[in-house]
Amino acid sequence: MRSDPQPFVRMVGIMKRFGGIHALRGVDFTVDRGEVVGLVGDNGAGKSTLIKILAGVYQPDQGELYIDGERVRFKSPLDAKARGIETVYQELALVDQLDVSANIFLGREPTFGPFIDRSRMRQEAHALLTSLQIQIDSLRTPVGQLSGGQRQAVAIARAVRTEPRLVIFDEPTAALAPPEAARVLELVRRLRARGIAVVFITHTLQHVFAVADRIVVLRSGTKVADRPAAATTLEEVVRQMVGEG
Amino acid sequence: MRDGEFERVEVTLPRPPRWQGIRLREWLSQLNRNRELFALSTLLGLSALSSALSPHFLTETNLKNLLAHVSVLAAVTAGETFVMLTGGIDLSVGSVLALSGVASGMAIQWWRWPAPFATLAGVAVGLACGAVNGFLVTRVRIPSFIATLAMLAIARGLTLLLSGGESISDFPASFTWLAGFVGPIPVLILAVLLLYAGLQVVLGATPFGQHIYAIGGNEQAARLVGIRADRVKFLVFSISGGCAGCAGVLLAARLNSAYPNAGVGLELDAIASSVLGGVSFTGGVGSLVGAFMGAMVVTVLGTLLNLLNVSPFYQFLAKGAILLLAAISLARGVMYAK
Repeated sequence: MRSDPQPFVRMVGIMKRFGGIHALRGVDFTVDRGEVVGLVGDNGAGKSTLIKILAGVYQPDQGELYIDGERVRFKSPLDAKARGIETVYQELALVDQLDVSANIFLGREPTFGPFIDRSRMRQEAHALLTSLQIQIDSLRTPVGQLSGGQRQAVAIARAVRTEPRLVIFDEPTAALAPPEAARVLELVRRLRARGIAVVFITHTLQHVFAVADRIVVLRSGTKVADRPAAATTLEEVVRQMVGEG
Repeated sequence: MRDGEFERVEVTLPRPPRWQGIRLREWLSQLNRNRELFALSTLLGLSALSSALSPHFLTETNLKNLLAHVSVLAAVTAGETFVMLTGGIDLSVGSVLALSGVASGMAIQWWRWPAPFATLAGVAVGLACGAVNGFLVTRVRIPSFIATLAMLAIARGLTLLLSGGESISDFPASFTWLAGFVGPIPVLILAVLLLYAGLQVVLGATPFGQHIYAIGGNEQAARLVGIRADRVKFLVFSISGGCAGCAGVLLAARLNSAYPNAGVGLELDAIASSVLGGVSFTGGVGSLVGAFMGAMVVTVLGTLLNLLNVSPFYQFLAKGAILLLAAISLARGVMYAK
């Protein structure tokens, strides 16, 4: 296989305004294949806007997006999915009334003729959850009745099911109790072990240092740091976030 | 350190007043998990009450009548349920029923079409009205309440125009056999049960059915995973129109007459039936089995009040009250279910 000098994702000079608010002021951002990138910054730094542009939810006002060196324009999340970019949203995009397996396969149900192949759906959902070492008592439980961590795990399983090349996490560990957060971080490591790149946003810096290969810091819509996790420290990142670095 | 500094908003549900005690809350949460059971117990209770209050309730004639009567409402309710499961509403069902009935009546009596074609024509007219509703909601982006309210008026107006305000009656036996019996069982109810069986397969066993629930449960989530929500909604309104069309043909056959004022106010009964059957008015929860039982409840209630010679004026009050009761208990049930 030809080794590709291009990173998997390259964003150049991304700008985005919402009314009078300058959410992003020309940010460059790259993700290599199978790399875990932690994206940190204070509230309003532009983290969510940046990943929503990468996920196809927002379109940038200016700037370019390259996948494997090819210029692309994502008009919707479907365009991003077609390029192997899946997102696990902070405001979990699950249907509370449907059960676990239905949520994992939502929109891509396996069929037998015109009918949903429910037994295959449950088998594959079970196999997927097992391979990610996610424990859920019953696949028939409506996800509205699961704990926050379990819901997060279901959302992650759904993202992984399509064999994506990059999974974006928006605050995967916020709102989770520490043991559940640890399990989600473990899931991130398992994705990397599968060769899937991960971009994740969090406010909890220990979580970034626990799993990230590289840490990118945003402040007021500008990138202020981009370092390998091993080459920086928690204190330094905090200084960069609040602007004393 | 910023650890633990999350913006987490805890939503606390309003607790019931102390005097209601924990029992009622548990009962309501159970109710929410077994919504069909609610309809079934209401139906059984109401039937027991009816047979206690009137010696005529449990007679063969009355039961046959009841089944024939419930067929029309049940057919309309099935379509209404599809729309409500996506979180929409269809107010036009009564008028569409009348237009379809008159259309098939005209096809038979005026143009001398063979009965099967006239039947299909009636259903097709219903489908077309539903498709227009779906177009207005998904393409023109008019809320379903307004779009179908306009259709309620337009379809009624068309019905009156086409029929000249007159009933079309005395259909050939090739059409009125629908009002006959197989043994003691009305053909009407068999036709409607067949309709329910078909729709149940669509709703319960196909991706399309799954997507109906998904859209009603969380439309944004459904769109994010790539479900074509507008296509599903368009089809759902078409199905509702088609069901109203079937009901119009069945009613014309039952009465041996297609009259332009058929189905006035039927949307109230259909929505009440769905809600009584446990279909959530915000979408995503409910079943056809429940909807059918809801239609039974509404019909039995009407029959009971008729048998007791209660004035129709009070019947409206009773229907409104039972609809409110069902809505209140189910809404409370949702609150306490978690």
